[in-house]
Amino acid sequence: MSLWEYANPVKFMALSGRILPFATVLSAALLLTGLIWGFFFTADDFKQGSTVKIIFLHVPAALMAINIWLMMLVASLVWLVRRHHVSALAARAAAPIGITMTLIALFTGAIWGKPMWGTYWAWDPRLTSFMILFVFYLGYLALWQAVEDDDTAADLTSILCMVGSVFALLSRYAVNLWNQGLHQGATLTATKESPIDGSYYYPLLVCIVGFITLFVTLVLLRTRMHIRLRRSRAVLAREASR
Amino acid sequence: MLALCRRDILLAVRSGGGFGLALAFFLILVMFVPFGVGPDRAVLARIAPGILWIGALLACLLSLDRVFQLDAEDGTLEALATSPIPLTGLVSAKAAAHWITTGLPLTLASAPLGYLLGLPAEGYIWLVTSLAVGTVSLSFIGTFGAAITVGIKRGGLLLSLLVLPLYIPTLILGAQVVTRAVSGQNPVASLALLGGLTLLTLALIPIAAAMALRANLR
Amino acid sequence: MIPDLGKYASDVLSAYAIALLLLGGLVVISLRQSAKARKILEDAERKTRK
Repeated sequence: MSLWEYANPVKFMALSGRILPFATVLSAALLLTGLIWGFFFTADDFKQGSTVKIIFLHVPAALMAINIWLMMLVASLVWLVRRHHVSALAARAAAPIGITMTLIALFTGAIWGKPMWGTYWAWDPRLTSFMILFVFYLGYLALWQAVEDDDTAADLTSILCMVGSVFALLSRYAVNLWNQGLHQGATLTATKESPIDGSYYYPLLVCIVGFITLFVTLVLLRTRMHIRLRRSRAVLAREASR
Repeated sequence: MLALCRRDILLAVRSGGGFGLALAFFLILVMFVPFGVGPDRAVLARIAPGILWIGALLACLLSLDRVFQLDAEDGTLEALATSPIPLTGLVSAKAAAHWITTGLPLTLASAPLGYLLGLPAEGYIWLVTSLAVGTVSLSFIGTFGAAITVGIKRGGLLLSLLVLPLYIPTLILGAQVVTRAVSGQNPVASLALLGGLTLLTLALIPIAAAMALRANLR
Repeated sequence: MIPDLGKYASDVLSAYAIALLLLGGLVVISLRQSAKARKILEDAERKTRK
């Protein structure tokens, strides 16, 4: 059976309905474990004091903010190429989650920045890029709101997501040319030995996986919501034309 | 395509729309800066490159909603879309017409306005060059935004929200060319990047804009 | 109950408060919207069946 089977809304509803309870429980359990572990049972850093605990929110949120946009890009491309409605609606469902993650990353970063760098906000490349990402999410969501016809809206937002991705990437590099930053480079890399201590690393990993499962849960929930709304519009339109 | 471009330019000039309006807006914006930050020449000279670039960018935005709106309202756009001209060509012609009626006059006006803000002498040539190169990409990106919002009533505000984030790389590189020239650094590298960006938009944006138009006309 | 956060207590607590508030808000809004969507669909289907 191919993956594309689940592009059928009926099959998707059936499958997602079965997954949703598990995903809910799993994400709640992981997030609670990770955050409680991080908040209550990690030692203070000798340099950063207790502010190091903010990492358990800041890093997962920042990772999700970028990766949710990537997921939206993939979903948009699938819609443009194969025209599966579920795909377009999944992209739409993901955007509010992405914008929330961007906000969390910005706010927790600002609060972390104050004691460490002495300022809530600096025009640092990474910080600025996140603000740019936030504006891109805003435009994307506003476009969904503004277009009445479902398929046209899906088309236009997909095209915007595509073009937006190119320009977001260009902005990322342009911003690097424009100012030197305060923010450190990426702490977590897949290839190198982790530079952070295991006592922070494991709860952080749990938090990241927790954020991912939370995202999956919410995306399923919101996609189901959009499928239902779309279906009810179709039902009403058919009724009106009779 | 050339005929279409010429028609659009004539329409813009005769209706007195974007042509004078964008220039007036640019002038007023530049005039407002000393009101806001005070008439100190040193401060003005320091911020002049950024102000001129931001002013040109915002002035460019003003006339964007007209790129397709009038043609969409009277059905010309549908007629054009069914004509043998490919949609990418249609979009490029529209964008070119927008640049000639907005980007080009703004570029020419930037030098005297730069003088008003006390831009140092070595900046002028780079200001005009960077705007000449950069406004092309502004017009094309703007045409893409106009193609997206063509079916939306009162889409002007949404158009700005969609287009402005896409302007970020152009603004950064364009303003950097002038800033570097004024502060005695070599601006050629920034100008080359800006040129590359413009070529990229010239290549990619018509395709995306044509897709958006097709979605809107369906 | 709450571990000793030292002089950065307000920073850490406010970061957690804001983040959890935003996440909680997102979850609540999503749940309410999907409950509403379910209701709209049921209404629509009931109307057509009549």
